[in-house]
Amino acid sequence: MLFGLGKIRGGVHPDGHKIDSARLVINSQLPLPDTLWLPLCQHSGEDARPLVQAGERVLKGQRIAAAAGRFSANIHAPTSGTITSIDTITMPHPSGLPANAIILQPDGKDEWITLQPPADPFSMPQEALATLVEQAGIVGMGGAIFPAAIKLRQGRRFEIKTLIVNGSECEPYLTTDDRLMRERAAEIVEGARLVRYIIEAYRTVIAIEDNKPQAIAALQEAAANVGAIEIVVVPARYPMGSAKQLIQAVTGLEVPAGKRSNDIGVLVHNVATVYAIQQALIHGKPLISRVTTVAGGCVGEPRNVEALLGTPIHYLFEQCGGLTTTPARLLMGGPMMGQVLPTTEVPLIKGSSGVLALTKAEVNEHMPSPCIRCGRCVDACPMGLLPLEMARNSKQDDFDSAQDAGLRDCILCGSCSYVCPSHIPLVQYFEYAKGELAESRASQQKLSYTQELMAARKERLEREAAAKEAAKQAKKAKAKAKKPRKAAAPTTVAADTADTAETASTTDHAGA
Amino acid sequence: MTADAQYIPTASPHAHDRSSIDRIMLRVCLALTPVSLWGFYCFGWPAVVMFVTTCLAAILTELACLYVQQQPLSRLWDGSALLTGWLLALTLPPWAPWWIAVGGAFFAITIGKQIYGGIGQNVFNPALLARIALLISFPVQLTTWVNVTPIDSANAPGLADAFAIIFAGQPWMSDAADGITGATWLGASKAAAAGGADLAAMLSQDFSLYDAFLGLTRGSLGETSTLLVLLGGIWLLITRTISWHIPVSLLGTLALLAWLGNLSNPQSYPGVLFHLTSGGVMIGAFFYATDYVTSPSTPVGKLIFGAGCGVVLFAIRSWGGFPEAVAFAILLMNALAPLIDRVTKPRAYGRRHSGDAIKHTPAQRRVV
Ligand code: SF4
Ligand code: SF4
Repeated sequence: MLFGLGKIRGGVHPDGHKIDSARLVINSQLPLPDTLWLPLCQHSGEDARPLVQAGERVLKGQRIAAAAGRFSANIHAPTSGTITSIDTITMPHPSGLPANAIILQPDGKDEWITLQPPADPFSMPQEALATLVEQAGIVGMGGAIFPAAIKLRQGRRFEIKTLIVNGSECEPYLTTDDRLMRERAAEIVEGARLVRYIIEAYRTVIAIEDNKPQAIAALQEAAANVGAIEIVVVPARYPMGSAKQLIQAVTGLEVPAGKRSNDIGVLVHNVATVYAIQQALIHGKPLISRVTTVAGGCVGEPRNVEALLGTPIHYLFEQCGGLTTTPARLLMGGPMMGQVLPTTEVPLIKGSSGVLALTKAEVNEHMPSPCIRCGRCVDACPMGLLPLEMARNSKQDDFDSAQDAGLRDCILCGSCSYVCPSHIPLVQYFEYAKGELAESRASQQKLSYTQELMAARKERLEREAAAKEAAKQAKKAKAKAKKPRKAAAPTTVAADTADTAETASTTDHAGA
Repeated sequence: MTADAQYIPTASPHAHDRSSIDRIMLRVCLALTPVSLWGFYCFGWPAVVMFVTTCLAAILTELACLYVQQQPLSRLWDGSALLTGWLLALTLPPWAPWWIAVGGAFFAITIGKQIYGGIGQNVFNPALLARIALLISFPVQLTTWVNVTPIDSANAPGLADAFAIIFAGQPWMSDAADGITGATWLGASKAAAAGGADLAAMLSQDFSLYDAFLGLTRGSLGETSTLLVLLGGIWLLITRTISWHIPVSLLGTLALLAWLGNLSNPQSYPGVLFHLTSGGVMIGAFFYATDYVTSPSTPVGKLIFGAGCGVVLFAIRSWGGFPEAVAFAILLMNALAPLIDRVTKPRAYGRRHSGDAIKHTPAQRRVV
């Protein structure tokens, strides 16, 4: 273990499978696909509002949908072309449910709008820079898809002692961050400086797992001339890229339960997000493409590609040597936390760190057998929980006990399922239980809100009645005494404070 | 949500470390192979016949139970029934008659395991439970220890004789007269201490640490060679099949107590090495106490469990009525395992042991 770093618990060492895709440089010369599908929701909030109509010609980088609501984000045209329609497409999500998307047919000219990069971002007010990031439609690109500008503003509201740029990329197969750090180190360092400037962090750390020596070397070199950007090497272990574990490894601090990293003065951004921020603030480019890993045993030539958002996944596979066999599983993201894709007819979106086509052998799926209480899941859990108990309780719909055994702290990292010799789909149980709990919480909230309203109404009526009574009494007393006397001022009807507390999302959307 | 039937293969993770129950069971069996082979060598063909009978009986009982409960018969291949039979055989006197072997195996699988709902549900180690049931029901047969008669020695029975001995109860060289059976060292030392003899003197005369370590002493099939058990156990540790916590805390606690006892009164308390090499301590520490199902699953729980076994073991050996205490000690701690698990819940990230969120110095809010 490296000296001075916080000791993190548990975790697993999955087979990396990283060599295949890490060996080749990022291919950013992909020919334009025939069509681009741009879902209106590629972020954690509401659908963006389309600003274009079918038949309209758009330029590369032109905003085609506007953020609608706090956690929403802008969407820009990845290339010039014509909007064919705004229609439903299959989303890159296990449900395969349809969602609205803008469909764009490239015209092959790849004609940019006039970019207007700020002259010197480092002399601009920080808030203005956050707004530029917001306009560029940047979201957490490690998969968290939380709008980056919100995180920057949160960072401004708190005193941030440590800014961590997350380059640990612990998921097997994925090498996008690795390649990005090797090939675009200077840009990442500049991006880190920009973020540091915006949130006024005291210490800026780029954290990289020790299994990426070239990335470490490249960033060390790039940071050498700049100063005050530390490259910290963390041990390679899954889930090192999870914000909580990375914060502990770098700062030695744990994020208290129920709090966010801001609360302890730490902010985590993924390297790919930082790169996108640099592109936006230095070159004025909105987020229209991303680097993604195309890999898995079924892929002819696994490698990283820089592809336009909206590119159909099947096109990416075709450009990477095609699928050699029928995949047993299609994934978006890594194998530990990635999502199953129902088909290859789905688009690349802002949060897609990789698309994988795995063989049966790679997935290694078996029918589950009963728990033998071997305790491996307990040893593997990075959060110090009791997965076997959580699963047992969830299975019996005893969610309170499951919460108590650790469900409330579970980050769904999958380390426990990964090591379970009985092949128990532990994470599936946890997702199920979390879903049920969220549902019952929602109905509970609704109930208590109605109760609150009723109570408020009753109180108001009582108060009004009392006031009337008091006024009557006062009048009577006045009349009786026949002397001008100061009557008790009728209590004013207090304004209903029905102003419901702002229910902001409490989850820490750090790039995982 | 009902059990495993609703399994939909869409939840992450989509990778696995390739471990499986059958591999684990196989590894434990492999680790037991050297000491078992040594047992066969020491006690000859009858031991082989007894061993095979026990394992077969366990497997057939499991098959019958799975069939009756309409569980997938393929579960037999998880190897747990074989391992239970194997572990039981190793606790039995090497020449135990067939009905002991079959009855024990039947008891272990049915009462020891399936009655609770099958693999993973039982409270007690099935093999040890069966062994104790047998010991209580048939004390004579369970404490008749043959002398070491290597398979290649002149007076060792052949395969045909072996069948006769195990299945027909044929006597071999009229037992006691030829001194073919006798007490184990623990039994002897116990009897001696009870009779007021000077244990230390007796042990220094007769007890050979060397024999105990290599496995040239009387005893049950698997508890002879401390060395080979240790080798198998270390291999299990290296392959991470078991964790170090239980064996280390069990042996450590026993050694500490033995040392203190011996220090205070060498006449009635044998020394550390005697304790560690005799009886089933070593095999118990590495193979029986570490049974996943019946031991705690948290690291601290495992330490407590091991230490508890050590204390009970020492107490029964020193002051109890039975000379051999490993099985009792482990079974007693098995009963406490769920409780130990409950009180040794690990501290979750971001929380204190109590479950409350950890304290932190809140980051200052900035005015912007
Ligand atoms: S790893 Fe699987 S079998 Fe082992 S205790 Fe956990 S849930 Fe049970
Ligand atoms: S998925 Fe949850 S319980 Fe399982 S290892 Fe990760 S944090 Fe622990």
